[in-house]
Order: sequence, then C-alpha cells, then structure tokens
Amino acid sequence: MHVPDGFINAPVSAAAGVVAAGAVAVSLRGARKELDERAAPLAGLVAAFIFAVQMLNFPVAAGTSGHLLGGALAAVLVGPWTGVLCVAVVLLMQGVLFADGGLTALGVNITVMGVTTVVVAWAVFRGLRLVLPRTRGGVTAATFVAAAVSVPASATVFTLVYAVGGTTDVPVGKVLTAMLGVHVLIGVGEAVITALTVGAVLAVRPDLVHGARGLTAPLKLRVGGELVDAVPAAAPEPARAGSPKKLWAGGLLTALVLAGVVSFYASASPDGLEKVAADQGIDAKAEEHAAADSPLADYGVRGIGSARLSGGLAGVIGVTATLAVGTGAFWITRRRRAAGSGADAGADSGARV
Amino acid sequence: MGAGHAHRLYRRGDSPVHRLPPHTKLAAVLGFVLVVVTTPREAVWAFALYAALLAGVAARARVPAGFVLRRLAIEIPFVAFAVLMPFVVPGESTTVLGVSLSVPGLWGAWNVLAKGTLGVAASVLLAATTELRDLVLGLQRLGLPSLLVQIASFMIRYGDVITDEMRRMSVARRSRGFEARGVRHWGVLAKSAGALFIRSYERGERVHLAMVSRGYTGTMPLLDERPATRAQWAGALALPLAALPLCLFALLG
Repeated sequence: MHVPDGFINAPVSAAAGVVAAGAVAVSLRGARKELDERAAPLAGLVAAFIFAVQMLNFPVAAGTSGHLLGGALAAVLVGPWTGVLCVAVVLLMQGVLFADGGLTALGVNITVMGVTTVVVAWAVFRGLRLVLPRTRGGVTAATFVAAAVSVPASATVFTLVYAVGGTTDVPVGKVLTAMLGVHVLIGVGEAVITALTVGAVLAVRPDLVHGARGLTAPLKLRVGGELVDAVPAAAPEPARAGSPKKLWAGGLLTALVLAGVVSFYASASPDGLEKVAADQGIDAKAEEHAAADSPLADYGVRGIGSARLSGGLAGVIGVTATLAVGTGAFWITRRRRAAGSGADAGADSGARV
Repeated sequence: MGAGHAHRLYRRGDSPVHRLPPHTKLAAVLGFVLVVVTTPREAVWAFALYAALLAGVAARARVPAGFVLRRLAIEIPFVAFAVLMPFVVPGESTTVLGVSLSVPGLWGAWNVLAKGTLGVAASVLLAATTELRDLVLGLQRLGLPSLLVQIASFMIRYGDVITDEMRRMSVARRSRGFEARGVRHWGVLAKSAGALFIRSYERGERVHLAMVSRGYTGTMPLLDERPATRAQWAGALALPLAALPLCLFALLG
C-alpha cells in the first residue's frame, strides 16, 4: 500500500507534503485539547497499538490473509485529532525505520492513508450517529459503514493524486476502476474487523471509545435511598487558542494556491497522459471510455484540450471537496459538543491538571 | 528495553557513516531522494551512477551488499504493479519475445522501479547506520514539532512492548487449541485487538501518571545538544551534492 519514491512526481509530492504537514499541525492543536499534556504518552501508546495491530493477520481463505489499515479504528477509538497524529507517526516511522514508503512520498502516504481515512471515517461516523439510535449497536453499525467508506475514499484520493502527478501514463479511468474494485473488497474486510474490534472495546471499557462518548449513563448518587443526578463538575472556560479563523483562512489559501499553481506545473510536464493521448491519437476513444466511467476520470481527459487549466482546476476542486467534507465534520462535531451534556464537557476538560 | 536495544534494520558498526550526526544523515538522504525523483527517466546512465554513489556509501559504512539487497524486498508490491504497466498502458507498442508491450508502459515501469529502488536503498542505508533514538533526535533537530517527536519516541519505546503483548496473546490463543483459518474466526482475533487497545491505552495512562509524579510538565528536556560541525555537514551532504550535477546534466542534456 505504501507509495514508494518516484511514483508521484516531485511537485505533487511536495504539495501533498504541505497538505499533510498542515493536517498534522491542525491535529496537534486539536489533540492538545483532546488529551492535554497526556497527549504524548497516550498518543504514543495508541500509535504503537496501531503499528502492532497492522501486523495482526486476518485469514481470508486458504493461504491469503489481510490486515487492518487502522485509520477508521483510530478515529473511532481515540478521536480524529489523535487519530491523524497516530497514523501519521506510524507512517513516518515506517518510512524512516523500515524503508516502507518513500521519504519524498511521505506526504502522499500521510495524506492518502492517514488524513483521508481518518477524516472520511469520522465524518461518516458522526453523520450516522445523528441518525442511528444512541446505543452500542448504533455505534458499531456507524463504525462499520465509516470503515467501509474510508478505504475506497482513500483509494479515490490516491487516484486523484496519481491523475495530477503520476509519473506513468496509465489511463486515470483504468486506475480508478482497478483501485476501487480492489479497495471496495478490502473496505468490507476492514469494516468487519474494525466494527468487531470497536464492539469488543465497547463491551469492556465503553468509556475509552471516543466515538461513544455520551453513551455512558450520567453519574448517579444514592442519597438517602434514592438516586439523584450527580452535579457535574463545573466546566472551566475553554482556553481561547489564538485565532482559529486566521489559521483557517491561511491554510485554505495555501492549499488552494498550491493545488492550483503546483498542479499547473505538474501537468505542464511533457510526459503526462496528455502527451500520449495527443501523440497516439487516442483522444476520442479515451473520451468515450472515461465519460462512461466516472466524473473523476473526466478531469484527466478534459485536460487534453487545455492540460494546464484542467490540472489546476482538478487540484482546486480536490481542495474544495476536501474542505467541504472537513468543514462538515468539524461543524457537526462542534454542534454536538455545544449540545452535549454537562457531564460530557466535564469529562473533556476535567482532566486538565 | 534499556541499553543495546536496537531495531531490526540497524547494523552495529563504527564507520564514518555511523558516526555522522543523525540530522545531517536525514537531510542528506532526503536531498538525495529528491534529486533522484527529479531526474528524467530517459537518463538511464544517471540512475546507474546514483546506484554507484549509494554503493560507495554502503562500502564506507561497511554494510554488505547482501544486507541491503535483502531489505529491498519491502517494495515487492509495487514491483508487481510495475510489471503490469507494460500490458495496460496504451500507446506505441513493441514486441519482445513474441509478447506485445507498450513503450510508455515500459518506461513507466522502469521509472517506478529505478526511483523506488534507489529510494528504498537510501532509506535502508540510513536505518542501518543510525540507532532508533538518534533518528528521533535527528528529526527533532530538523524542526519536527516537539509533541510529534515525543509521540514518535513513545511509539518506538513501547512498540516492542505492545508487539510482544500481541505475541503473548497469540501464544495464549494457540495453546488453547485456537487456529485462525478463515473469516469465521475474525471475531476472536478482533476481540484480541480490542483487548490489546485497552491494554495499550491503560498502559499509556500509567506511563503518564508515572511521568507526572516525576515532574513531567508536557515537554521533554533535551539532554545532549551537540550541533553538527561544518565538516560533518560536508561529509553527509557529499552524497546529494554529488548526485545534483548528474541530475542537472540529465535535465539539460
């Protein structure tokens, strides 16, 4: 799964690196709020857990076996911020220590396998939790769907990156079909394993499952023979961290400029899909083929006419789509947190020492 | 744990490459791989020279060729992908031994194989000559945020503990007659994974409490602040600087 060096060209690798660094920087701020100064030991141990659980083989049929990718699992168990951090650290260490995944492709790997899986899984998970009943079964079902969606989503983002910065001229439609076909299957396996694992943790320590916060019954005290609600610990005012809007706008601007301008350069390289298509006169055929395939393939093919413009456009559309999904996730989270019970808020901030 | 604890790729030794400060080595490998990735794939001779440069580094570090070659196995999945390319890429085709292959596909396969292999070989050499703790320190000196460095060092410190815990669970399962043969057994394995998560998380809480009781405030003190000398930087950066003219020549030529 890990992308090696030379698979994606240098400008797009650099752009993906900036996206990954931005995501990790935002997650660092988020995780500090999620875990306080416990962040380092806890996230480190969870990263070690993700690393170990990726080695756990699940036999599929005679001889073949699969293993967990862990993005969705991390998102549901420890929350999206810590999840992104843990998966990013695991990928970083795999790249530096085990030569698994190229150093220049580290940004691509973190964006595709870490950020995408965690963000998509968390968005789907929160969305479903609004609809499904607030029970353990509901959490498990939401986990299942979130994990099932996260893997093909990751494959799609990989194809998008490949379409913009791939060093070989495999038609985008073909890549997408192949990637999606394989990864829908992998996604089902990932979903079953993730849901079973989250279910197992829920059965023993539901308080540890970040995605199941609010499931636990509020604390009751027995006073004089009858149960009364415990007074929730007074929640201290959450510390205002800088100005999130400025950070937000800066990040958005950087991402858009990079996606637009860098992919300009990328698709201007002479050995792209466009070159082959123009040289070999397969434009018409490719157009038919891709149009029948998917809207994503469309971007790559429409680029034959105006390669530069369409490359930049694809990048900007990618950023906007990611932003829309991301904003949706954050918005839902924030609304839920605001609406959450006092006990919930107490649990969030009470651990501050 | 403790002294002498090293990762699987590390190869003990005392060569000039081993002695270089870790952050200079990290910067050198990153620079080298960037140069390799930017080189146009038609310049086959440049890749041969890059490989020769890496062989020179390996000889200087006294890392045997067999050691590096065995570690290259990690890129096998992508080799499979590269082998498929000549068959699926459209375009001008050529016939080799009676099989029709596409020329752009062959170039693509060569591109991925050459650059991927050089990247993996460079990383293997880095890992073979640098200890775990030093690598993390190197990342910190290169400006990785301190929280991220701490997470990484905790992951490394407890990675083997958690992996061993998983292995003990596997031994316990097997000694009770369990053998995972198919999808029907996923439930048992997933329960093990869940138990492993709970143990990891609780261990994390214990570690944190133990650290707080010893005065931990959220940052780790940096004990050995040894900046690299100019000569060390020059020694490490000799690799990317030797590769750069080749790349420029290939780009212009």
